[in-house]
Amino acid sequence: MGSQWLFTLTYGALVTQLCKDYENDEDVNKQLDKMGYNIGVRLIEDFLARSNVGRCHDFRETADVIAKVAFKMYLGITPSITNWSPAGDEFSLILENNPLVDFVELPDNHSSLIYSNLLCGVLRGALEMVQMAVEAKFVQDTLKGDGVTEIRMRFIRRIEDNLPAGEE
Amino acid sequence: MADAVLFEFLHTEMVAELWAHDPDPGPGVSAEPRGEEPGAATGQNMNLSVLESVGFRVGQALGERLPREMLAFREELDVLKFLCKDLWLAIFQKQMDSLRTNHQGTYVLQDNSFPLLLPMAAGLQYLEEAPKFLAFTCGLLRGALCTLGIESVVTASVAALPGCKFQVVIQNS
Repeated sequence: MGSQWLFTLTYGALVTQLCKDYENDEDVNKQLDKMGYNIGVRLIEDFLARSNVGRCHDFRETADVIAKVAFKMYLGITPSITNWSPAGDEFSLILENNPLVDFVELPDNHSSLIYSNLLCGVLRGALEMVQMAVEAKFVQDTLKGDGVTEIRMRFIRRIEDNLPAGEE
Repeated sequence: MADAVLFEFLHTEMVAELWAHDPDPGPGVSAEPRGEEPGAATGQNMNLSVLESVGFRVGQALGERLPREMLAFREELDVLKFLCKDLWLAIFQKQMDSLRTNHQGTYVLQDNSFPLLLPMAAGLQYLEEAPKFLAFTCGLLRGALCTLGIESVVTASVAALPGCKFQVVIQNS
C-alpha cells in the first residue's frame, strides 16, 4: 500500500466518475486530455526541479528524458523508444506495463474509451511549457487486447517565446 | 516521493473541475433524471458529493488491499488509531497530529499541516475554498472505515490553513 496505489486507484475512480457524467467515450477522452494538460503545465516545474536535466537540444534528447527520467520518476517504469520517423519528428513510447491499468478492465460498452488519455495531455502540457508543441496519442493499448501500450509522439513546432529576453 | 506528487496534482485538478464555470455546457444531456443541481447534468462540474464519493471508492479499494493481519482490530479505537498512523503515513507520508474521542462514537482527527491544503496560502485567506480540498479525503476515510466494517459519517473543518480536523461519527446499525 502506498502512494502509487493511491494515484492509480484515484485515477480509476476518476475515469469511472467521468464515464457516468458524460454520455460518450469521446467526451471522456477529451476531458481526460484536458485535465492531463492542466496537470502537465504544472508538473513540468516539479520535474525540472527534481531532475536537474538541462535544456534538450533536439527531439531525440527530449525522447530520452521523457522515457528514462520522467516516466521513471513518476510512474516507476522506463518505456522504450522506437519507430523514429526519417525526419526525426515522430517516435513511439512502448510501455510493456502500464501502471495505470493495474486492476482495470474495460467494460464492453466503452470500446472507444482511451483509459490512460490523461498521460497524453500531461505530455502535451509539459512540453508546451518548454516551448515544444507536440501531439501525443495512444496507438496501441493493452486494455484493448494489444500486446503492448504504445504512445505516438509527434513534434509539431517550436513555440516562440513571447516574453522579452533578459528580464530581471 | 514523486508518485505522491502525481496524486496531489491529480487531486488538485479534480478539485479545479469544481471551479470551472462553463458558459457553454456543451452536448451530453444525461438520459436519467439528475438530482437537485441543474448544472450537474452537463457533467462539467464535479460537486462536493461527487468528490466525496470518488474518495469513498478509493478508500474502499485501499482498505481491500490491506494485509490480513492489519485487520485484526479488537476495538473501534484501534481502527481509528490505525487510520491516523498507518494509513495516513502510507498516503500522506506523515501521521495525523492528534486523535480525540468522546468514547461514544465520535472521533476528531487533527492534522496541523494537511498536505492537500499546503498548496493554498497558509492563513485565513482561502478558507472558503478549503471544503473542496477536503471532500475527497473525507470520502477516503469513510471508504476505508467501511471496508474495515465500520459505517460512519465523515466531515471536515478548517480553522486556519493548512491545518484541518476530520470528524468521524460512527453510525450504529
